[in-house]
Amino acid sequence: MLLTNRSKNLYQEVILDHNKNPRNYRAIENPSHFAKGNNPLCGDKLDVYLTVDENNVVTDVSFVGDGCAISKASASIMTTLVKDKTIDEVHKLFEGFHDMATGKIEPDDDPKLRRLRAFSGVKDLPARVKCATLAWHTLDAALKDKEIVSTE
Amino acid sequence: MDTVSNDILSQKRETPGRILEIRRDFPILNRVIQDKPLVYLDNGASTQMPRQVMDTITAYHEFHHSNVHRGVHQLSQEATDLYEGAREKVRSFIGAKSTKEIVYTSGTTAAINLVANSYGTANLTKGDKILISNMEHHANIVPWYMIARKTGAEIVVIPIHDDGSLDMDAFVELLDEKVKIVCVNHVSNALGTVNPINEIAVLCREKNIATVVDGAQAIGHFPVDVTDLGVDFYAFSGHKMHGPTGIGILYGREELLESMEPFMGGGDMILSVSFDEISWNELPYKFEAGTPPIAQAIGLGAAIDYLNSLDREFLESYEQQLLEYANEKLSQIPGVRIIGTAEGKISLNSFVINGVHPHDIGTILDGEGVAVRTGQHCAEPVMDRFGIPATTRASMAFYNTFEEIDALADALLKVTELFDVTD
Repeated sequence: MLLTNRSKNLYQEVILDHNKNPRNYRAIENPSHFAKGNNPLCGDKLDVYLTVDENNVVTDVSFVGDGCAISKASASIMTTLVKDKTIDEVHKLFEGFHDMATGKIEPDDDPKLRRLRAFSGVKDLPARVKCATLAWHTLDAALKDKEIVSTE
Repeated sequence: MDTVSNDILSQKRETPGRILEIRRDFPILNRVIQDKPLVYLDNGASTQMPRQVMDTITAYHEFHHSNVHRGVHQLSQEATDLYEGAREKVRSFIGAKSTKEIVYTSGTTAAINLVANSYGTANLTKGDKILISNMEHHANIVPWYMIARKTGAEIVVIPIHDDGSLDMDAFVELLDEKVKIVCVNHVSNALGTVNPINEIAVLCREKNIATVVDGAQAIGHFPVDVTDLGVDFYAFSGHKMHGPTGIGILYGREELLESMEPFMGGGDMILSVSFDEISWNELPYKFEAGTPPIAQAIGLGAAIDYLNSLDREFLESYEQQLLEYANEKLSQIPGVRIIGTAEGKISLNSFVINGVHPHDIGTILDGEGVAVRTGQHCAEPVMDRFGIPATTRASMAFYNTFEEIDALADALLKVTELFDVTD
């Protein structure tokens, strides 16, 4: 099979694997944080669940939803990366990922992005950046809601 | 639209020379995308323009541009003549009785919004019903929801069968005395279904129900005669018939247009204005407020000239051959299911592939130079009806070739290999 380089860059083995066997694909009962994400342009829908402990550490994270391979693999890999990280660390990871997906930085610029580099190919496809970042935006929204709640 | 006999089907398909000649009129078809020749199969979204249309638009800008219906100077007269000449071309092209029935709009959406606001608001009251087919584009749904909300009218959906054809038995049953307007497309943009517009119009006329037909997907594929069809309103867009964007047509039966109030106010749509009294201009101008899309209207006229210069009967049967060939090719690809298989549909295939999201298909196809549409096609109720989130749509035009269908099939095989799809 001779695919163009662009498609090969985008649909790497790791993305195809997570698309087919998504990790942490389940709902969490009584999550401390939850948000629904959707991309009305393409109809992708994604629910992100989190359990965050009193030290602001993500002790459990999961997702459920429908979407393209890029958005599903991104959500799956995200859940494997943010577990056991503090909310601060999660935010920094999201920022780095976002900058990489939009071509602002290269994956090699930041060692944290090593396991996310498979998504660097989306920077050449503006229409697909949102697919890669949907899960992260949803996670961010979930965490922000909690922050608002906790300040009350 | 005759079907092709089986012995032709089994032969290796070679694109007729007449088609290759027509392709030379469309410069964009020579584009190279990702180092591959462009295979443009997104004609349902927008068709390409032939050089003849571009040349007409350029000549207008270089020699005749001015505002219409305003000046006494020569350029204004020339621009007006070209602009009104195009209206007559549209009238003749769709078989309307008078140019009074031909209203220029910015497109199909604007045309339907005009009917909804002007005719709908005046003719709907609480408890009245608007029938809308389950296969409508959002352009023939949303304006009616907005008017229903304003007037208290109720939206009732005409169901469709599993093959994507309209359920005419259900339609007939729905036609009670509360129904005031029926909204249906001539051809479904998501399914390719051709609806029995004449039959619908006859049933509605008997009961004094207005028919609003979205003709956007029909006008570029086969001849349309609004008088023969017997419809009250028929809307379409220039860019779906090899003309420019920004221009569309609302055909309305003169008697109905006459009875309607203008939708938008401004210059050119009035006879006289004082702060005490305003009188509307005559048809069709009372619906054309402001400076119109002059170059685009003239471009639409050129597209009509171009289509008239072709053997449309031949093109129609050729497009059917393309569709049959595409059906045959798609059926050989693992995991493919075609959505919309109604008899007599136009040359458009919406399909899903087991376990592969349409956006991934679209991106990989684009990498192979093949342009298709992926998503909900502005027809979410259709997707819900078939229980799918989205489809991939390959929509053909008369300039597509059998070799391009081969390229589509080859690219789809790459998708199914990459995603390890089985039947």
